[in-house]
Amino acid sequence: MRFLRTAWLVTRKDLLIEARSKEILLTTLFFAVSCVLVFAFGFVREGRAVTDAAAGILWIAIAFSGTLALGRAFERERQSETLRALMMAPVARPALYVGKLVSVLILLALVEAVVLPLVALMFQAPLFDHLPYVLGLLTTGTIGFAAVGTLFAAMLVRARSRDVLLPILLYPITIPVIIAGVRGTAALLQPEIDLPMARAWLAMLAFFDIVFVTLALWTFEPVMTE
Amino acid sequence: MSASPVDFTTLTLAEVSRVFGRRRALNRVSFRADAGELVAVLGPNGAGKSTLLSIVATLMLPSSGRVMYGAQDSDRSNASLRARIGLLGHDLYIYPELSPAENLRFFGRLYGLERIERRVEEALERAGLSERRDDAVSGFSRGMRQRLAVERALLHDPRLVLLDEPFTGLDDRAIEALKQRLVSLRDAGCITLVATHDLEHVEGMIDRGVVLRDGRLVEISKGAAPLRERYRAAIAE
Repeated sequence: MRFLRTAWLVTRKDLLIEARSKEILLTTLFFAVSCVLVFAFGFVREGRAVTDAAAGILWIAIAFSGTLALGRAFERERQSETLRALMMAPVARPALYVGKLVSVLILLALVEAVVLPLVALMFQAPLFDHLPYVLGLLTTGTIGFAAVGTLFAAMLVRARSRDVLLPILLYPITIPVIIAGVRGTAALLQPEIDLPMARAWLAMLAFFDIVFVTLALWTFEPVMTE
Repeated sequence: MSASPVDFTTLTLAEVSRVFGRRRALNRVSFRADAGELVAVLGPNGAGKSTLLSIVATLMLPSSGRVMYGAQDSDRSNASLRARIGLLGHDLYIYPELSPAENLRFFGRLYGLERIERRVEEALERAGLSERRDDAVSGFSRGMRQRLAVERALLHDPRLVLLDEPFTGLDDRAIEALKQRLVSLRDAGCITLVATHDLEHVEGMIDRGVVLRDGRLVEISKGAAPLRERYRAAIAE
């Protein structure tokens, strides 16, 4: 209970700050929408989208905007070194990680709530025909991506070239998550929907989530101690 | 408190060294402070004062040597030990987007304190920020932020108080208030380490002073001479 309460305190604090500044939400949203629009200009010809493009573009928009959100979320903790104050608190340090992770997930969920219908509209993709599966893929994929990203963003908070290092470290590790998300979503967008394939990728993403979150909880404290 | 706090009456550093790459920030530092002692940690810029405080605060691991809190070894996982340490860093560890009351309330809850609202009110009163309790900290002057940061560091009644440049940005009245606060901490039996360049502010108040020079610790001699003279003599040795 104490663990969850600590995580909630951190999440609530992050959301309160974001509600005041709207800095991460607006920049991330603007970036994700711009990304989708740019791809729409390139991949939609005479009103017809390139086959399978929608799934890839949806996940690219999430990955790119997610990286932006992760970097900014920890930049705040760096400005007044508040991360050190959090680390000084007499709480389980992995709870701090979970709190930051949940706040990033909530922000990304808001971004996805805008990007999903936009991709469906621009690419005439039937993303809402199997909404539970799409939501399942988005949820598990975003958790896997953000789980690794939150750990790396926290690790890099004092690195001078953190803005460059975060994507360099994050993308190679999360490639399996992105591939599973793209292939699972693509399976739902085919003319003949391949539900077993979508389920298989969904199960794969759930497995990644368990592995990544467990590893992050295990390593957060050692990597955060200087 | 979230974890039952451990109590201790001594802080002991035994042969503590810290290396950053090729640079040795601390070189076999040994030191002991007892309950009710107010110790000034002095030294030129880059001498290792902040590194020393970070190690004592359990935020940084020594490359070699041990830090003991009473009979308790330092352990980065020891939440109950952290519950007894209050740290004011050179950066202030407060959220500029939040108000002073929200900052204090957040940290109070994180520390699992009881009667949080009363503690927050008392802390705001001491910091002289009661009337601006709901304004965003981003609009505050450095001195106002510093006063708030001191209260945040002491909100949970720590046994070991570590203050890095606590007088930065404070006006005369706030300096006097902080000096009184330091004396009251000493009277309450706290072990207090103050890293500062403002020797005049701690003159006559500290029990003793130590100087860090090239990562090594040197005790400042006791005597009638002004602290700055004794400090210069210790540096020159």
